[in-house]
Amino acid sequence: MTLLWYAATAWIFLSGVRGLTRSRNLVQAVGCLAVAQSSTYVLLLGIGYRSGATAPVFGDMAPGSRPVVDPVVQALALTDVVVGATVTALLLALVIQIRKRHGTVDPDELTGLCG
Amino acid sequence: MTRAARAALFWVSAAAIAAGLLWSGLALPRIGTADHPYGSRAVAASLARRTANAVSSVNFDQRALDTLGEESILFAAVLGSVVLLRQVRGERRTHARAGYVLPATRLLGLGLAPVTAVTGVYVVAHGALTPGGGFQGGVVLATGLHVAYVALDYRALRRVRPLAVLEVAEALAAGAFAALGLLGFTAAAGSYLRNVLPLGTFNDLVSAGLVPAFNTAVGVEVASGISVVLSQFLFQAVEMEETDGA
Amino acid sequence: MRLSAAPAPWSDPAVLLPLGIAVPLLGAAFMAAAGRHMPRVVMDALTTALTAVTVVDLVLLWRLTGSGTVSAFMGGWSMRRGESVGIVLAADRAGSGMALLVALLVLAVIVYSWRYFDEPPRSHRGTFPALLLLFEAGMTGFSLTGDLFDAFVFFELMGTAAVALTGFRVEDPRPVQGALIFGVINALAAYGALLGIGLLYARTGELGMAQIGARIAEQSQAHTGSRAPVVVAFVLVSTAFLVKAAIAPFHFWLADAHAVAPTPVCMLLSGVMVELGGYGVARVYETVFSGPGGVPHAVFTGMMVTIGLLTGVVGALMCWQQRHLKRLLAFSSLAHSGLFLVGLGLLSPDGSAGALLWIAGHAGVKAALFAVTGMLLDRHGSVDELGLHGRGRDLPAAGVLFALGGLALAGLPPFGTALGKALTEEAAAERQAWLPVVFVLVSALTGGAVLRAALRVFAGAGECPPSEGAGPETTGEGEEPEVRDPRRPVPRPMQAVAWLLLAGSAVIGLVPALAERIARGGAQVTDRLGYLGSVFGTAGHGAGPAEAPAAGWTTSGVLLDLLSALLAAALAAGAVYRPERARALSAPVAPLRRLHSGHLGDYVVWWGVGVAALLAWVTLAR
Repeated sequence: MTLLWYAATAWIFLSGVRGLTRSRNLVQAVGCLAVAQSSTYVLLLGIGYRSGATAPVFGDMAPGSRPVVDPVVQALALTDVVVGATVTALLLALVIQIRKRHGTVDPDELTGLCG
Repeated sequence: MTRAARAALFWVSAAAIAAGLLWSGLALPRIGTADHPYGSRAVAASLARRTANAVSSVNFDQRALDTLGEESILFAAVLGSVVLLRQVRGERRTHARAGYVLPATRLLGLGLAPVTAVTGVYVVAHGALTPGGGFQGGVVLATGLHVAYVALDYRALRRVRPLAVLEVAEALAAGAFAALGLLGFTAAAGSYLRNVLPLGTFNDLVSAGLVPAFNTAVGVEVASGISVVLSQFLFQAVEMEETDGA
Repeated sequence: MRLSAAPAPWSDPAVLLPLGIAVPLLGAAFMAAAGRHMPRVVMDALTTALTAVTVVDLVLLWRLTGSGTVSAFMGGWSMRRGESVGIVLAADRAGSGMALLVALLVLAVIVYSWRYFDEPPRSHRGTFPALLLLFEAGMTGFSLTGDLFDAFVFFELMGTAAVALTGFRVEDPRPVQGALIFGVINALAAYGALLGIGLLYARTGELGMAQIGARIAEQSQAHTGSRAPVVVAFVLVSTAFLVKAAIAPFHFWLADAHAVAPTPVCMLLSGVMVELGGYGVARVYETVFSGPGGVPHAVFTGMMVTIGLLTGVVGALMCWQQRHLKRLLAFSSLAHSGLFLVGLGLLSPDGSAGALLWIAGHAGVKAALFAVTGMLLDRHGSVDELGLHGRGRDLPAAGVLFALGGLALAGLPPFGTALGKALTEEAAAERQAWLPVVFVLVSALTGGAVLRAALRVFAGAGECPPSEGAGPETTGEGEEPEVRDPRRPVPRPMQAVAWLLLAGSAVIGLVPALAERIARGGAQVTDRLGYLGSVFGTAGHGAGPAEAPAAGWTTSGVLLDLLSALLAAALAAGAVYRPERARALSAPVAPLRRLHSGHLGDYVVWWGVGVAALLAWVTLAR
């Protein structure tokens, strides 16, 4: 199970990276970046998991009655989600402007900056 | 580089990275381990500060500096989208035309919008008690506003969305978080971002000291920030004339 | 370690450390909210005042770090029995020095921008200063943090603000492309680093740098815990910082971003953001991975020296080939970043001291050079060295500044760059006697390129070359002037800032007391136990290392510096007056130029190759 978890992390991350290297469309490329990022959620949440435990929220549960999973990792994942969403928004804004200035979103056809 | 070269180099590096991650996985504690020293300390600290939601306690009390940085990233991205998606010289605005909307859709939207708004406010307000908080509730609130676009059309959205107010609210809320942190210096052994308000009763709406205040600031910031970002994207999509590129 | 009375606010690290981050954040919020309602003058004045406050705060902090690292836990969550749930901010002289450098450079950039921009959008006037302040907050937070995840957050804040600032000129096709490449590569590297941070958390259960380092050492003494996660995490986390530092093969984004960013932003990117990457690598290695159970010193030094030298050579060769002035300066920053990494990677107090002095001197020089480029763009709408041939004759003072800057880059005494270069060369020579040769050649080539450009543009020397270049290149022609009116004289704040920056770099070399104080950072950044002691609050952490590293001019250092300056002048003269010979030399470099294709997929592949190579090195090297 542990090995499967890390294999899933590696698979998701590398799928995103592969998409980035092969992409012919910048919108898809930004999406691949988001896929690569989601591997970090898988890793973080897996690391924080505790077998047989429940969520670390004591609204309806007496403290100490049941084991809880690691809240630190969930806080990290929350930060990660926000960072990812904002970066994606910014990059997509740039893709919109690239389409308008260059007339294309194909990385192969963007040759303005080279050498 | 040719596509073939790129693919070959990718596979080599992917093999190495995958091998590294799997090799680490074999050496690390198993998934589901009971040994979480930092997690246990965090839960204990959360209960000591009478915060029922340990994740919110970690986010807004124990590791508040991370959250300050994170909401600053959101702030920067909102400012960035305003700057990057602005209308430039030589571009023309077109007028959005009213679309036809089925009466049933209109009714659904009018019913859904207040429900979503209330849910958003609920999630933000109970951030210290139940799963949720400023970020999650803020997104729900922003979605509630944009039900006007989804169920009706762009012109309806523009009527109900006070864009200038939202932009200012976003900036002020971002500053409010940093400013509330300064309150931490008023305590005896002062420290930035210290939780100095009275802790109240466990599981009460007003408990956990500054955590609800931070939650509210973040909720306002996220709701207005996401609305501003969406407004910029919609502006480009709906109001900008299609050009063929330079 | 509790004192009997709380220290005064201006000498309390718990106040000074967070204010360095909070003041720019508050300023950014205020500017964004109220910017549109204020006249331009008021807005500029307020932004300048806020940045000045930050400078004062960081100077006070810098003075505190003379005797060792100072640290403070945020939120009042201090260490109890060696454990804490909070985030620690920790600064030694190197970290507080970098933060101070950030603040000073941002202040210079803000003054430079007084008369610079007619920044659209007119209804959102406060957005540019707000983004600059957020960029400042990100860089300051990154320098001062002692927590690895917090470093990731501030790294992303830096990156987001920088991407927005780089793509500012959306009317042109190239800025948006450069900004996108910058954003994607930095974000990908950061996500990789987050995977590494997760692995470290799983291994040690801690997120603070000192705490992780201590736990790794503990577990290694007790023979629990294995090497694999440490190695992989080291590579992933360091790669993110190496991308920021634009070290080969992660460097491709730098020239593309610099070629297109507005000039004030270029000043910050080259002057301090890239250097923060190198600082990050050194800091994280020293605190987290340098103890028992981590990555051996010899492996780290070997790796950093190798890729640093590679970067220096690639940067120098590419720099010489450029005709786009901003790209030329960008590749020169790349080359220097590689050499800084060599200095920091030596893990010796002398090497680190030299690198820090060099970074400080280089910041002033590079920012001044970009400032002059901004003036050229203002007047002539072009940054093409060949297209501008002779047209800079109407800006003689700027020409002198540009030439002096080129000589300073090459290492002419008494600039701070020369002092730093001399000290780093000496430290490097102790490892391998031939290393100073590379330093001299790289400095000479990059300084020579700038001198060559100065001769062509400002003096009209040599014959007017044909405008067609051979092979792939970015010319620099047709750039929109960034300012309001191309016909007015160059504004005084822009000139004054440029001269002050160059003078600042000279002051570092001329005032021994200042150089000594900066050099003390070199000893502290290699003092792992001092840093850990400060964070854990154990007694005796204020002792610091025994002696401060040497920070004075030596005869051999001065001779090598003069040699590289002369070489730079000779190369520049040779290129201008014997262009056919120079052109013949550029043929072998053409494959290298083709690699810099501007294609996103290529750059991502290079990131992957670099990570794989570093993984192989650290795993297999002994």
